[in-house]
Amino acid sequence: MASATSDAPISGVAASDVRTPDARTPDARTPLGATVDNGLKIVVVGGFGVGKTTMIHSVSEIRPLSTEETITRAGETVDDTSAVPDKSDTTVAFDFGRITLSARTVLYLFGAPGQERFWYLWDRLFSGALGAVVLVDTRRIDDSWYAIDRLEHLGTPFIVARNDFGGPAHTAEQVRDALDLAPHIPLVDCDARSRASGKRVLITLVEHLKSLHLSHLARNPYATQGAPLQVSPPVVGPSAVGPSVASPPVQELAQ
Amino acid sequence: MSRPGRDDSPDRLYTLTGGRSRSAPGTPFDLVTLVVAECDPAPGMQSEHAAILRLAERPTAVAEVAAELRLPLTITKILLSDLLAEGRVSARHPRKAVLAGRPDPDILEQVLVGLRNL
Ligand SMILES: Nc1nc2c(ncn2[C@@H]2O[C@H](COP(=O)(O)OP(=O)(O)O)[C@@H](O)[C@H]2O)c(=O)[nH]1
Ligand SMILES: [Mg+2]
Repeated sequence: MASATSDAPISGVAASDVRTPDARTPDARTPLGATVDNGLKIVVVGGFGVGKTTMIHSVSEIRPLSTEETITRAGETVDDTSAVPDKSDTTVAFDFGRITLSARTVLYLFGAPGQERFWYLWDRLFSGALGAVVLVDTRRIDDSWYAIDRLEHLGTPFIVARNDFGGPAHTAEQVRDALDLAPHIPLVDCDARSRASGKRVLITLVEHLKSLHLSHLARNPYATQGAPLQVSPPVVGPSAVGPSVASPPVQELAQ
Repeated sequence: MSRPGRDDSPDRLYTLTGGRSRSAPGTPFDLVTLVVAECDPAPGMQSEHAAILRLAERPTAVAEVAAELRLPLTITKILLSDLLAEGRVSARHPRKAVLAGRPDPDILEQVLVGLRNL
């Protein structure tokens, strides 16, 4: 089941109903500049209704678009077996937005439902992604545990953003505990409806990625490209409680 | 699973791709590979091919092509492979932003600058 908001515009519905108000004609697209030659990916992961589409819309220069990929019963994508889906296949829809960063670089933000079958598609869709934002609903924090577990397993760096729905106020410590979140991983609050807030979440992720790189260099001063970075597993016990405003101190990673 | 608004019954998809069971090997289209048209649509061309060429007058990511055409990614990639093989489109593949599990620091810096300027 696809979320209502992530569905592609329905054919037959007047295009003006689904476009942003500033679109000049019903078919207005915003094309990229002719010189753009490098596409980057960041993934926003979270369960149904957690605010993924809202956040992507807040920061995107285009209205979010939606597409879908097919998984066969065996959990393989159809390219691996047959291109034409058969009845036993399931599809997973996901949406995305776009931010032009420079004359040559464009960043795509993909919204990924955290549901179990979606992870079959992760490598295929999101290998090479810079990193991920795990979007957490303040009312249903535990739902995000699985996504975090998967990302750690995949070695995809991520941060956690709490989308404030006005739910019970958990302390950052409680959230870290509930999610088994390693102390060096940033945890930020956000309002997915706000462009400034979404922008801050993305900047936090990229700064985190930079700090991972620096801490790797600190440990491996002669390294250029070595083994994949090991994200330390969550520490169990009282020491798991991280700083309440999580900036990623380099030495915590290096221990 | 229902896919509202999408006319993508297996039969139609079969027709679109000429019934091929696989996309051509060695066409590693990423979701964010940017496709650029190298020619105008010609009369008599398969309508999806023509639509892609119109869309890709400017660089257009594979994901955008799929979304705009309302086709599943897999089918879109097969159509793109055809056009690429015929030289009707070119592909700007993403530069490796992540090496050995770590993002390239120069790219990260570019992204930070771009995001701060938003
Ligand atoms: N109060 C509040 N509502 C939000 C926020 N973010 C999203 N919503 C609403 O929550 C609903 C689900 O959001 P959506 O972005 O579609 O979630 P998705 O399924 O993760 O893509 C929508 O009705 C949004 O308007 C938020 O920060 N605060
Ligand atoms: Mg959505």
